[in-house]
Amino acid sequence: MKTALHVGSITLLLITWIVASHLIGERLLPEPKAVALALLDEARSGALTFNLSVTLLRVFASFAIAMVLGTVIGLLMGRYPIFDWLADPWLIVLLNLPALVIIVLAYIWAGLTDTAAIAAVALNKLPIAIVTIREGARALDPTLDEMATVFRMSGRARLLYVILPQLAPYLVATTRAGLSLVWKIVLIVELLGRPNGVGFQIGAAFQLFDVTRILAYALAFTVVMLAIEAFLVQPLERHVSRWRLRPA
Amino acid sequence: MYPAGASGRLEIRIKQKSYRAATGGRLHVLGELSISLAKGEVAALVGPSGCGKTTLLRLIMGLDRDFEGVVSLPADCRLGVVFQEPRLLPWWTVEDNIRLAAPGASPAALSALFATLGLTEHRQHYPGELSLGLARRAALARAFALEPDLLILDEPFVSLDAELAERLRAELIELVSRRPVTTLLVTHSIDEAIGLADRVFLLSTSPAHLVADVPIERPRTSRSADEIAVIANKIRSAANSA
Repeated sequence: MKTALHVGSITLLLITWIVASHLIGERLLPEPKAVALALLDEARSGALTFNLSVTLLRVFASFAIAMVLGTVIGLLMGRYPIFDWLADPWLIVLLNLPALVIIVLAYIWAGLTDTAAIAAVALNKLPIAIVTIREGARALDPTLDEMATVFRMSGRARLLYVILPQLAPYLVATTRAGLSLVWKIVLIVELLGRPNGVGFQIGAAFQLFDVTRILAYALAFTVVMLAIEAFLVQPLERHVSRWRLRPA
Repeated sequence: MYPAGASGRLEIRIKQKSYRAATGGRLHVLGELSISLAKGEVAALVGPSGCGKTTLLRLIMGLDRDFEGVVSLPADCRLGVVFQEPRLLPWWTVEDNIRLAAPGASPAALSALFATLGLTEHRQHYPGELSLGLARRAALARAFALEPDLLILDEPFVSLDAELAERLRAELIELVSRRPVTTLLVTHSIDEAIGLADRVFLLSTSPAHLVADVPIERPRTSRSADEIAVIANKIRSAANSA
Protein backbone atom coordinates (compact mmCIF):
# COMPACT_ATOMS: atom_id res chain seq x y z
CA MET A 1 0.00 0.00 0.00
CA LYS A 2 2.66 2.47 1.12
CA THR A 3 5.06 1.49 -1.68
CA ALA A 4 2.30 1.61 -4.28
CA LEU A 5 1.37 5.13 -3.21
CA HIS A 6 5.01 6.21 -3.27
CA VAL A 7 5.50 4.83 -6.80
CA GLY A 8 2.24 6.42 -7.93
CA SER A 9 3.20 9.78 -6.54
CA ILE A 10 6.64 9.70 -8.21
CA THR A 11 5.03 8.71 -11.55
CA LEU A 12 2.62 11.64 -11.21
CA LEU A 13 5.58 13.96 -10.59
CA LEU A 14 7.32 12.74 -13.76
CA ILE A 15 4.16 13.12 -15.87
CA THR A 16 3.65 16.67 -14.54
CA TRP A 17 7.28 17.41 -15.39
CA ILE A 18 6.95 16.14 -18.98
CA VAL A 19 3.68 18.00 -19.58
CA ALA A 20 5.10 21.23 -18.11
CA SER A 21 8.23 20.84 -20.24
CA HIS A 22 6.09 20.64 -23.39
CA LEU A 23 4.05 23.63 -22.33
CA ILE A 24 6.93 26.03 -21.54
CA GLY A 25 9.55 24.64 -23.89
CA GLU A 26 12.70 22.51 -23.73
CA ARG A 27 15.03 25.43 -23.13
CA LEU A 28 13.45 26.58 -19.87
CA LEU A 29 12.43 23.15 -18.59
CA PRO A 30 14.10 20.17 -20.26
CA GLU A 31 12.40 16.78 -20.17
CA PRO A 32 13.41 14.16 -17.55
CA LYS A 33 15.13 12.19 -20.32
CA ALA A 34 17.44 15.11 -21.23
CA VAL A 35 18.30 15.63 -17.56
CA ALA A 36 19.04 11.91 -17.14
CA LEU A 37 21.36 11.99 -20.18
CA ALA A 38 23.20 15.05 -18.81
CA LEU A 39 23.53 13.25 -15.49
CA LEU A 40 25.01 10.23 -17.27
CA ASP A 41 27.48 12.49 -19.10
CA GLU A 42 28.66 14.09 -15.86
CA ALA A 43 28.94 10.68 -14.24
CA ARG A 44 31.04 9.32 -17.08
CA SER A 45 33.51 12.19 -16.94
CA GLY A 46 33.91 11.71 -13.16
CA ALA A 47 32.78 15.26 -12.45
CA LEU A 48 29.55 14.16 -10.79
CA THR A 49 31.21 11.91 -8.23
CA PHE A 50 33.89 14.47 -7.50
CA ASN A 51 31.52 17.39 -7.01
CA LEU A 52 29.02 15.34 -5.01
CA SER A 53 31.72 14.06 -2.65
CA VAL A 54 33.24 17.52 -2.17
CA THR A 55 29.84 18.97 -1.30
CA LEU A 56 28.94 16.03 0.90
CA LEU A 57 32.18 16.39 2.86
CA ARG A 58 31.43 20.06 3.47
CA VAL A 59 27.89 19.15 4.55
CA PHE A 60 29.10 16.55 7.04
CA ALA A 61 31.92 18.67 8.45
CA SER A 62 29.76 21.72 9.10
CA PHE A 63 26.86 19.62 10.31
CA ALA A 64 29.06 17.74 12.79
CA ILE A 65 30.56 20.95 14.17
CA ALA A 66 27.14 22.57 14.55
CA MET A 67 25.62 19.50 16.22
CA VAL A 68 28.40 18.95 18.75
CA LEU A 69 28.62 22.62 19.72
CA GLY A 70 24.83 23.01 19.61
CA THR A 71 24.26 20.03 21.90
CA VAL A 72 26.82 21.17 24.46
CA ILE A 73 25.70 24.82 24.48
CA GLY A 74 21.98 23.94 24.34
CA LEU A 75 22.35 21.51 27.22
CA LEU A 76 24.21 24.06 29.34
CA MET A 77 21.68 26.79 28.55
CA GLY A 78 18.71 24.54 29.27
CA ARG A 79 20.13 23.20 32.52
CA TYR A 80 21.80 26.26 34.04
CA PRO A 81 19.99 29.62 34.00
CA ILE A 82 23.30 31.47 34.33
CA PHE A 83 24.45 30.18 30.91
CA ASP A 84 21.04 30.96 29.50
CA TRP A 85 21.16 34.58 30.68
CA LEU A 86 24.72 34.98 29.44
CA ALA A 87 24.33 33.41 26.02
CA ASP A 88 20.76 34.31 25.13
CA PRO A 89 21.55 37.74 23.58
CA TRP A 90 24.29 36.15 21.43
CA LEU A 91 21.90 33.45 20.38
CA ILE A 92 19.27 35.96 19.28
CA VAL A 93 21.83 37.94 17.28
CA LEU A 94 23.07 34.76 15.60
CA LEU A 95 19.54 33.51 14.91
CA ASN A 96 18.65 36.73 13.12
CA LEU A 97 21.89 37.23 11.22
CA PRO A 98 21.14 36.46 7.54
CA ALA A 99 23.03 33.46 6.15
CA LEU A 100 24.45 35.64 3.38
CA VAL A 101 26.00 38.10 5.86
CA ILE A 102 27.73 35.30 7.76
CA ILE A 103 29.04 33.73 4.54
CA VAL A 104 30.36 36.98 3.07
CA LEU A 105 32.00 38.04 6.35
CA ALA A 106 33.58 34.59 6.77
CA TYR A 107 35.10 34.81 3.28
CA ILE A 108 36.36 38.35 3.90
CA TRP A 109 37.88 37.52 7.27
CA ALA A 110 39.25 34.03 6.60
CA GLY A 111 39.79 34.18 2.85
CA LEU A 112 38.18 32.03 0.16
CA THR A 113 39.04 28.79 1.93
CA ASP A 114 37.26 25.62 2.91
CA THR A 115 37.72 26.54 6.57
CA ALA A 116 35.79 29.75 6.02
CA ALA A 117 33.12 27.90 4.03
CA ILE A 118 32.59 25.18 6.63
CA ALA A 119 32.67 27.63 9.54
CA ALA A 120 30.10 29.84 7.84
CA VAL A 121 27.70 26.95 7.29
CA ALA A 122 28.18 25.62 10.82
CA LEU A 123 27.53 29.07 12.23
CA ASN A 124 24.28 29.24 10.28
CA LYS A 125 23.08 25.92 11.65
CA LEU A 126 24.38 26.39 15.20
CA PRO A 127 21.73 28.72 16.70
CA ILE A 128 18.85 26.52 15.53
CA ALA A 129 20.54 23.45 17.01
CA ILE A 130 21.05 25.31 20.29
CA VAL A 131 17.43 26.42 20.48
CA THR A 132 16.08 22.91 19.87
CA ILE A 133 18.43 21.19 22.31
CA ARG A 134 17.77 23.89 24.91
CA GLU A 135 14.04 23.11 24.68
CA GLY A 136 14.89 19.45 25.18
CA ALA A 137 17.10 20.22 28.18
CA ARG A 138 14.33 22.29 29.75
CA ALA A 139 11.92 19.39 29.33
CA LEU A 140 14.21 16.92 31.16
CA ASP A 141 12.28 15.02 33.81
CA PRO A 142 13.30 16.31 37.29
CA THR A 143 12.03 13.13 38.97
CA LEU A 144 14.56 11.06 37.00
CA ASP A 145 17.22 13.57 37.96
CA GLU A 146 16.38 13.04 41.63
CA MET A 147 16.49 9.31 41.10
CA ALA A 148 19.99 9.61 39.63
CA THR A 149 21.07 11.80 42.56
CA VAL A 150 19.70 9.45 45.20
CA PHE A 151 21.32 6.42 43.60
CA ARG A 152 24.63 8.34 43.33
CA MET A 153 25.04 7.84 39.59
CA SER A 154 28.32 9.16 38.17
CA GLY A 155 28.27 12.24 35.93
CA ARG A 156 29.10 10.10 32.93
CA ALA A 157 26.33 7.58 33.62
CA ARG A 158 23.87 10.41 34.11
CA LEU A 159 24.76 12.04 30.81
CA LEU A 160 24.81 8.82 28.78
CA TYR A 161 21.94 6.89 30.34
CA VAL A 162 19.60 9.49 31.82
CA ILE A 163 20.00 12.80 29.95
CA LEU A 164 20.94 11.92 26.35
CA PRO A 165 18.13 9.37 25.93
CA GLN A 166 15.66 12.07 26.97
CA LEU A 167 17.21 14.40 24.38
CA ALA A 168 17.05 11.77 21.61
CA PRO A 169 13.84 13.04 19.96
CA TYR A 170 15.27 16.57 19.94
CA LEU A 171 18.56 15.32 18.51
CA VAL A 172 16.75 13.45 15.73
CA ALA A 173 14.64 16.53 14.96
CA THR A 174 17.74 18.76 14.77
CA THR A 175 19.52 16.20 12.60
CA ARG A 176 16.68 16.01 10.11
CA ALA A 177 16.03 19.75 9.92
CA GLY A 178 19.76 20.42 10.12
CA LEU A 179 20.91 18.24 7.23
CA SER A 180 18.40 19.76 4.83
CA LEU A 181 19.27 23.30 5.93
CA VAL A 182 23.01 22.67 5.85
CA TRP A 183 23.13 21.30 2.32
CA LYS A 184 21.14 24.23 1.00
CA ILE A 185 23.55 26.69 2.62
CA VAL A 186 26.60 24.70 1.47
CA LEU A 187 25.47 25.24 -2.13
CA ILE A 188 25.33 29.00 -1.61
CA VAL A 189 28.74 29.00 0.03
CA GLU A 190 30.15 27.05 -2.92
CA LEU A 191 28.47 29.35 -5.40
CA LEU A 192 30.02 32.39 -3.74
CA GLY A 193 33.53 31.25 -3.05
CA ARG A 194 34.58 27.70 -3.91
CA PRO A 195 36.02 26.37 -7.19
CA ASN A 196 34.21 23.03 -6.96
CA GLY A 197 31.15 21.25 -5.54
CA VAL A 198 27.52 21.09 -6.56
CA GLY A 199 26.97 24.77 -5.77
CA PHE A 200 29.87 25.80 -8.00
CA GLN A 201 28.57 23.63 -10.86
CA ILE A 202 25.09 25.10 -10.56
CA GLY A 203 26.61 28.59 -10.55
CA ALA A 204 28.59 27.78 -13.70
CA ALA A 205 25.51 26.34 -15.37
CA PHE A 206 23.59 29.48 -14.42
CA GLN A 207 26.13 31.64 -16.29
CA LEU A 208 25.40 29.58 -19.43
CA PHE A 209 21.65 29.30 -18.78
CA ASP A 210 22.16 25.53 -18.85
CA VAL A 211 18.95 24.44 -17.09
CA THR A 212 19.59 20.78 -17.88
CA ARG A 213 22.84 20.73 -15.91
CA ILE A 214 21.28 22.70 -13.02
CA LEU A 215 18.50 20.13 -12.75
CA ALA A 216 20.93 17.23 -13.14
CA TYR A 217 23.05 18.33 -10.17
CA ALA A 218 20.08 19.31 -8.04
CA LEU A 219 18.47 15.95 -8.68
CA ALA A 220 21.64 13.98 -7.98
CA PHE A 221 22.19 15.69 -4.68
CA THR A 222 18.55 15.35 -3.64
CA VAL A 223 18.83 11.61 -4.21
CA VAL A 224 21.96 11.50 -2.03
CA MET A 225 20.16 13.35 0.78
CA LEU A 226 17.11 11.07 0.47
CA ALA A 227 19.43 8.09 0.81
CA ILE A 228 20.95 9.59 3.96
CA GLU A 229 17.49 10.10 5.42
CA ALA A 230 16.40 6.56 4.57
CA PHE A 231 19.57 4.67 5.49
CA LEU A 232 20.99 6.80 8.32
CA VAL A 233 18.44 9.07 9.98
CA GLN A 234 15.44 6.75 9.99
CA PRO A 235 17.31 3.68 11.31
CA LEU A 236 18.82 5.93 14.00
CA GLU A 237 15.37 7.15 14.92
CA ARG A 238 14.03 3.61 15.13
CA HIS A 239 16.96 2.66 17.33
CA VAL A 240 16.50 5.47 19.85
CA SER A 241 12.76 4.89 20.09
CA ARG A 242 12.94 1.10 20.27
CA TRP A 243 11.68 1.15 23.88
CA ARG A 244 8.41 2.86 22.96
CA LEU A 245 5.39 0.60 22.78
CA ARG A 246 4.52 -0.14 19.18
CA PRO A 247 1.01 -0.99 18.11
CA ALA A 248 0.94 -4.78 17.67
CA MET B 1 23.54 19.97 57.71
CA TYR B 2 24.60 16.45 56.91
CA PRO B 3 27.29 15.27 59.34
CA ALA B 4 27.94 11.56 58.95
CA GLY B 5 26.85 9.89 62.18
CA ALA B 6 29.54 7.65 63.56
CA SER B 7 27.08 5.60 65.56
CA GLY B 8 25.39 3.94 62.60
CA ARG B 9 22.14 5.55 63.69
CA LEU B 10 19.86 7.64 61.58
CA GLU B 11 19.33 10.89 63.49
CA ILE B 12 16.85 13.50 62.36
CA ARG B 13 16.31 16.72 64.26
CA ILE B 14 14.28 19.20 62.26
CA LYS B 15 13.63 22.66 63.69
CA GLN B 16 11.39 23.72 60.87
CA LYS B 17 10.95 23.54 57.11
CA SER B 18 8.93 25.92 55.01
CA TYR B 19 8.41 26.61 51.32
CA ARG B 20 8.01 29.92 49.59
CA ALA B 21 4.37 29.89 48.51
CA ALA B 22 3.54 30.84 44.92
CA THR B 23 1.30 33.62 46.24
CA GLY B 24 4.06 35.06 48.43
CA GLY B 25 4.61 34.35 52.10
CA ARG B 26 5.86 31.05 53.45
CA LEU B 27 4.16 27.71 53.71
CA HIS B 28 5.09 26.02 56.96
CA VAL B 29 5.39 22.27 56.26
CA LEU B 30 7.38 20.72 59.08
CA GLY B 31 7.50 21.78 62.72
CA GLU B 32 9.95 20.62 65.35
CA LEU B 33 10.53 16.94 64.81
CA SER B 34 13.09 14.42 66.07
CA ILE B 35 13.45 10.84 64.94
CA SER B 36 16.23 8.43 65.72
CA LEU B 37 16.60 4.93 64.31
CA ALA B 38 19.02 2.24 65.42
CA LYS B 39 20.86 0.15 62.85
CA GLY B 40 18.53 -2.44 61.33
CA GLU B 41 15.38 -0.91 62.77
CA VAL B 42 12.30 -0.74 60.55
CA ALA B 43 10.16 2.31 61.20
CA ALA B 44 6.94 3.51 59.67
CA LEU B 45 5.96 7.15 59.36
CA VAL B 46 2.20 7.54 59.48
CA GLY B 47 0.26 10.75 59.11
CA PRO B 48 -2.66 12.36 57.32
CA SER B 49 -2.12 13.08 53.63
CA GLY B 50 -0.39 16.38 52.97
CA CYS B 51 1.24 16.48 56.39
CA GLY B 52 4.76 16.67 55.00
CA LYS B 53 5.86 13.03 55.00
CA THR B 54 7.30 13.18 51.50
CA THR B 55 8.99 16.50 52.33
CA LEU B 56 10.62 14.88 55.35
CA LEU B 57 11.89 12.01 53.17
CA ARG B 58 13.34 14.49 50.66
CA LEU B 59 15.31 16.13 53.48
CA ILE B 60 16.66 12.75 54.56
CA MET B 61 17.59 11.78 50.98
CA GLY B 62 19.49 15.05 50.57
CA LEU B 63 17.26 16.24 47.71
CA ASP B 64 16.27 19.37 49.63
CA ARG B 65 18.83 21.13 51.82
CA ASP B 66 16.89 24.26 52.56
CA PHE B 67 15.69 23.63 56.11
CA GLU B 68 16.60 24.31 59.71
CA GLY B 69 17.89 21.31 61.60
CA VAL B 70 20.20 18.36 61.30
CA VAL B 71 19.91 15.10 59.41
CA SER B 72 22.71 12.66 60.03
CA LEU B 73 22.91 9.42 58.14
CA PRO B 74 24.97 6.43 59.30
CA ALA B 75 28.63 6.74 58.23
CA ASP B 76 29.32 5.65 54.61
CA CYS B 77 25.63 5.11 54.23
CA ARG B 78 24.40 3.51 51.01
CA LEU B 79 20.95 4.76 50.28
CA GLY B 80 18.23 2.73 48.58
CA VAL B 81 15.04 4.54 47.70
CA VAL B 82 11.62 3.45 46.47
CA PHE B 83 9.79 6.55 45.31
CA GLN B 84 6.03 6.92 45.26
CA GLU B 85 6.11 6.46 41.49
CA PRO B 86 8.48 3.76 40.18
CA ARG B 87 10.76 6.31 38.41
CA LEU B 88 12.36 3.74 36.12
CA LEU B 89 14.25 4.90 33.02
CA PRO B 90 11.82 3.99 30.21
CA TRP B 91 14.56 3.50 27.57
CA TRP B 92 16.39 0.76 29.49
CA THR B 93 15.17 -2.71 30.32
CA VAL B 94 14.29 -3.68 33.89
CA GLU B 95 17.66 -5.36 34.29
CA ASP B 96 19.60 -2.37 32.86
CA ASN B 97 17.70 -0.04 35.18
CA ILE B 98 18.80 -2.04 38.18
CA ARG B 99 22.38 -2.47 37.00
CA LEU B 100 22.68 1.28 36.45
CA ALA B 101 21.66 1.98 40.04
CA ALA B 102 23.69 -0.89 41.47
CA PRO B 103 26.75 -1.40 39.24
CA GLY B 104 28.44 -3.52 41.92
CA ALA B 105 25.67 -6.11 42.27
CA SER B 106 26.75 -9.66 41.39
CA PRO B 107 24.76 -11.57 38.72
CA ALA B 108 23.90 -14.24 41.27
CA ALA B 109 22.54 -11.71 43.76
CA LEU B 110 20.50 -10.06 41.01
CA SER B 111 19.04 -13.38 39.90
CA ALA B 112 18.05 -14.20 43.46
CA LEU B 113 16.46 -10.78 43.84
CA PHE B 114 14.53 -11.12 40.59
CA ALA B 115 13.32 -14.54 41.70
CA THR B 116 12.13 -13.26 45.09
CA LEU B 117 10.20 -10.42 43.48
CA GLY B 118 8.79 -12.50 40.62
CA LEU B 119 10.62 -10.45 38.00
CA THR B 120 12.66 -13.21 36.38
CA GLU B 121 10.66 -13.31 33.13
CA HIS B 122 10.54 -9.51 32.97
CA ARG B 123 14.28 -8.83 33.10
CA GLN B 124 14.45 -7.85 29.45
CA HIS B 125 11.17 -5.92 29.35
CA TYR B 126 11.01 -2.15 29.08
CA PRO B 127 9.20 -0.30 31.90
CA GLY B 128 6.45 0.77 29.47
CA GLU B 129 5.58 -2.89 29.01
CA LEU B 130 5.06 -3.48 32.74
CA SER B 131 1.92 -3.14 34.83
CA LEU B 132 2.14 -0.72 37.76
CA GLY B 133 2.53 -3.63 40.16
CA LEU B 134 5.49 -5.01 38.22
CA ALA B 135 7.05 -1.56 37.87
CA ARG B 136 6.83 -1.12 41.65
CA ARG B 137 8.55 -4.48 42.10
CA ALA B 138 11.31 -3.37 39.74
CA ALA B 139 11.70 -0.20 41.84
CA LEU B 140 11.93 -2.37 44.98
CA ALA B 141 14.52 -4.57 43.27
CA ARG B 142 16.55 -1.49 42.32
CA ALA B 143 16.61 -0.25 45.90
CA PHE B 144 17.63 -3.67 47.27
CA ALA B 145 20.17 -4.49 44.56
CA LEU B 146 22.72 -2.01 45.90
CA GLU B 147 22.50 -3.59 49.37
CA PRO B 148 21.58 -0.34 51.11
CA ASP B 149 22.40 0.61 54.68
CA LEU B 150 19.36 2.85 54.72
CA LEU B 151 16.20 2.02 52.83
CA ILE B 152 13.57 4.68 52.26
CA LEU B 153 10.15 3.80 50.89
CA ASP B 154 7.56 6.45 50.07
CA GLU B 155 4.13 4.77 49.97
CA PRO B 156 5.51 1.97 47.81
CA PHE B 157 2.25 0.03 47.65
CA VAL B 158 -0.22 2.83 47.04
CA SER B 159 -2.81 2.37 44.25
CA LEU B 160 -2.25 -1.37 44.01
CA ASP B 161 -5.11 -3.79 44.64
CA ALA B 162 -5.23 -5.13 48.19
CA GLU B 163 -4.13 -8.65 47.32
CA LEU B 164 -1.07 -7.54 45.33
CA ALA B 165 -0.12 -4.98 48.00
CA GLU B 166 -0.31 -7.78 50.59
CA ARG B 167 1.98 -9.97 48.52
CA LEU B 168 4.51 -7.19 47.98
CA ARG B 169 4.48 -6.45 51.71
CA ALA B 170 5.33 -10.09 52.37
CA GLU B 171 8.16 -9.85 49.83
CA LEU B 172 9.45 -6.71 51.52
CA ILE B 173 9.42 -8.45 54.92
CA GLU B 174 11.33 -11.34 53.43
CA LEU B 175 13.97 -9.04 51.92
CA VAL B 176 14.38 -7.05 55.14
CA SER B 177 14.69 -10.16 57.28
CA ARG B 178 17.20 -11.74 54.92
CA ARG B 179 19.56 -8.77 55.21
CA PRO B 180 18.74 -6.37 58.06
CA VAL B 181 18.66 -2.77 56.89
CA THR B 182 17.58 0.43 58.61
CA THR B 183 14.27 1.18 56.95
CA LEU B 184 11.97 4.16 56.92
CA LEU B 185 8.60 3.57 55.32
CA VAL B 186 5.98 6.21 54.70
CA THR B 187 2.39 5.08 54.57
CA HIS B 188 -1.02 6.42 55.42
CA SER B 189 -2.28 2.99 56.43
CA ILE B 190 -1.86 2.24 60.14
CA ASP B 191 -2.41 -1.46 59.49
CA GLU B 192 0.35 -1.52 56.88
CA ALA B 193 2.65 0.29 59.31
CA ILE B 194 2.01 -2.20 62.09
CA GLY B 195 2.34 -5.15 59.70
CA LEU B 196 5.82 -4.09 58.59
CA ALA B 197 7.53 -1.96 61.23
CA ASP B 198 9.26 -2.35 64.59
CA ARG B 199 8.26 1.15 65.41
CA VAL B 200 5.55 3.54 64.29
CA PHE B 201 5.99 7.31 64.24
CA LEU B 202 2.70 9.15 64.11
CA LEU B 203 2.79 12.63 62.57
CA SER B 204 0.26 15.45 63.03
CA THR B 205 -1.32 17.50 60.28
CA SER B 206 0.92 20.16 58.69
CA PRO B 207 3.17 21.67 60.04
CA ALA B 208 4.02 18.14 61.09
CA HIS B 209 5.34 17.24 64.50
CA LEU B 210 5.62 13.92 66.27
CA VAL B 211 2.37 12.87 67.97
CA ALA B 212 3.36 9.40 69.09
CA ASP B 213 6.31 7.02 68.91
CA VAL B 214 4.96 3.49 69.32
CA PRO B 215 7.46 0.64 69.59
CA ILE B 216 6.14 -2.80 68.64
CA GLU B 217 7.83 -5.53 70.67
CA ARG B 218 6.72 -8.72 68.98
CA PRO B 219 8.58 -9.82 65.86
CA ARG B 220 6.81 -9.05 62.57
CA THR B 221 6.17 -12.62 61.62
CA SER B 222 4.31 -13.59 64.79
CA ARG B 223 1.85 -10.72 64.97
CA SER B 224 -1.71 -11.94 65.00
CA ALA B 225 -4.64 -9.99 63.62
CA ASP B 226 -5.90 -9.39 67.18
CA GLU B 227 -2.60 -7.93 68.33
CA ILE B 228 -2.42 -5.72 65.26
CA ALA B 229 -5.92 -4.45 66.04
CA VAL B 230 -4.94 -3.65 69.65
CA ILE B 231 -1.86 -1.68 68.53
CA ALA B 232 -3.86 0.07 65.84
CA ASN B 233 -6.40 1.20 68.43
CA LYS B 234 -3.62 2.50 70.64
CA ILE B 235 -2.21 4.54 67.75
CA ARG B 236 -5.61 5.84 66.68
CA SER B 237 -6.43 7.02 70.20
CA ALA B 238 -3.05 8.74 70.35
CA ALA B 239 -3.87 10.43 67.06
CA ASN B 240 -7.25 11.58 68.33
CA SER B 241 -5.98 12.93 71.64
CA ALA B 242 -3.29 14.95 69.85
